[in-house]
Amino acid sequence: MTTEPTTQTTPAIPAGAKWTRRHLLDVDELSPDEIELLMQTTDAMKEVLSRDVPRVPALRGRTIVTLFYEASTRTRASFELAGKALGADVINVAASGSSVEKGESLIDTVRTLQAVGADALIMRHGSSGAPYLVARHVQSSVINAGDGWHAHPTQALLDLYTMRAHLGDPSAGSGQALRGRKVVIVGDIAHSRVARSNIWALTTMGAEVTVCAPPTLLPAGMRPGQPRSEEPLAMPPVRVETDLDIAIQGADVVMALRLQKERMSHGLLPSTREYATLYQLTERRVAAAATGALVMHPGPMNEGVEIAPAVASSLQSVIEEQVTNGVAVRMAVLYLICRSRA
Amino acid sequence: MTARVVLTADDIRRAVRRIAHEIVERNQGLEGVALVGLRTRGVPLAERLAAAIEEFEGQHVPVGALDIGLYRDDISSMELRPRIQPTDMPIGIDGRRVVLVDDVLYTGRSIRAALDALTDFGRPSQIQLAVLVDRGHRQLPIRPDYVGKNIPTSLQEEVDVLLEETDGQDEVRIVHLEGER
Repeated sequence: MTTEPTTQTTPAIPAGAKWTRRHLLDVDELSPDEIELLMQTTDAMKEVLSRDVPRVPALRGRTIVTLFYEASTRTRASFELAGKALGADVINVAASGSSVEKGESLIDTVRTLQAVGADALIMRHGSSGAPYLVARHVQSSVINAGDGWHAHPTQALLDLYTMRAHLGDPSAGSGQALRGRKVVIVGDIAHSRVARSNIWALTTMGAEVTVCAPPTLLPAGMRPGQPRSEEPLAMPPVRVETDLDIAIQGADVVMALRLQKERMSHGLLPSTREYATLYQLTERRVAAAATGALVMHPGPMNEGVEIAPAVASSLQSVIEEQVTNGVAVRMAVLYLICRSRA
Repeated sequence: MTARVVLTADDIRRAVRRIAHEIVERNQGLEGVALVGLRTRGVPLAERLAAAIEEFEGQHVPVGALDIGLYRDDISSMELRPRIQPTDMPIGIDGRRVVLVDDVLYTGRSIRAALDALTDFGRPSQIQLAVLVDRGHRQLPIRPDYVGKNIPTSLQEEVDVLLEETDGQDEVRIVHLEGER
């Protein structure tokens, strides 16, 4: 135990921090105070996970359902662990093997899950916006675990938490924790829900974001020579760079995204090898970033394509830590959401 | 809304020093004693008790900090401000005499939650309870071992404990809530 005043090591939770949300659909709706509350709640959850028996009764008697229409290892598993660590009952439903295969509609499926007593539905779906549709039709809380190309809020929050732990200024106020930090996201920005949610989360917390990709993998409003989309919900302003060697200079964080194989078949890229030559995170490229820059990847990785194996397992890599933090962040999300509906 | 001061900074200082003496006396020394403060204001109180004990006895007593947010059963009462901070229990509590420290003892539900939380960290040989203010109205069979001051209150009143470390000044006030509750 410490003799130092414990109160000093724990930053004060912002006075205005409240949580009234029933759903978590994306990070674009979260205020800096709400994100800060989530981050500090995650600190407490990390302590729970560090115990010999990582289990508390905070959500005892609550039922959490994971409903995944797309494949997932880490997201589904970490939500399940998070729910169990908080004492909730967790039921896993995969589209394959459920009545979805008999042709049951999404709305009917979620109404059935609500009828059996789901307090929270954790949902992954291939169609952008599907969780928003569900949220309009059920009383349960809906947590988006990835919808199409649109959003993956808990991934962005765990990435933010990981960066904040290494680079953040804990005494900074809400929205200031990553003030001035340079974050480069490299890869398939156009089709990445991880990139989109990260851009929102990072800019909300004050980071300077650069996205880097070949023009075919940039979203319409970001391609060089095209006017920026004026649509207010499009995305916050970021720097766009198609040359990774320029983008990476002085970066505090470099995040590689997974290159999905179907991008090649759809003619967006000439070949995996060419992509790797121009956009792979190599030791040489990472050396141009700031000293001690963090290397991140949301997984699953294609080592040798978007990231060199030596970089993925280097000391600068926090990729495994991202997975560990994922459980704590999802505990914080489940706790705040399920408690707000008492 | 009217506020009445029931403990001044000097009163608080004296109460803390008296409780520190009582802890040493009751435990016939400090062998195996650890203080665990309940967040938020039990933590600075536990640190003050440890400092006073060290001053009198020249012996260091370990201090932990417990957040009971994840153990509460009165879910609805704290929903909009769900502040949870990390519990800090860096030494084992197995076989120790743990003195829980909190600012106000009221229904006893926080202490019930603290007992659950503490049990998750080990099996103390004894758990004692020190509070700065006991305001009555218990809903559970829980009683304090050390009390700074017994202050009878009505249910229409609120006890506000202010401490230098968290609020910039030392004072305990009773606030009368009109028409509320």
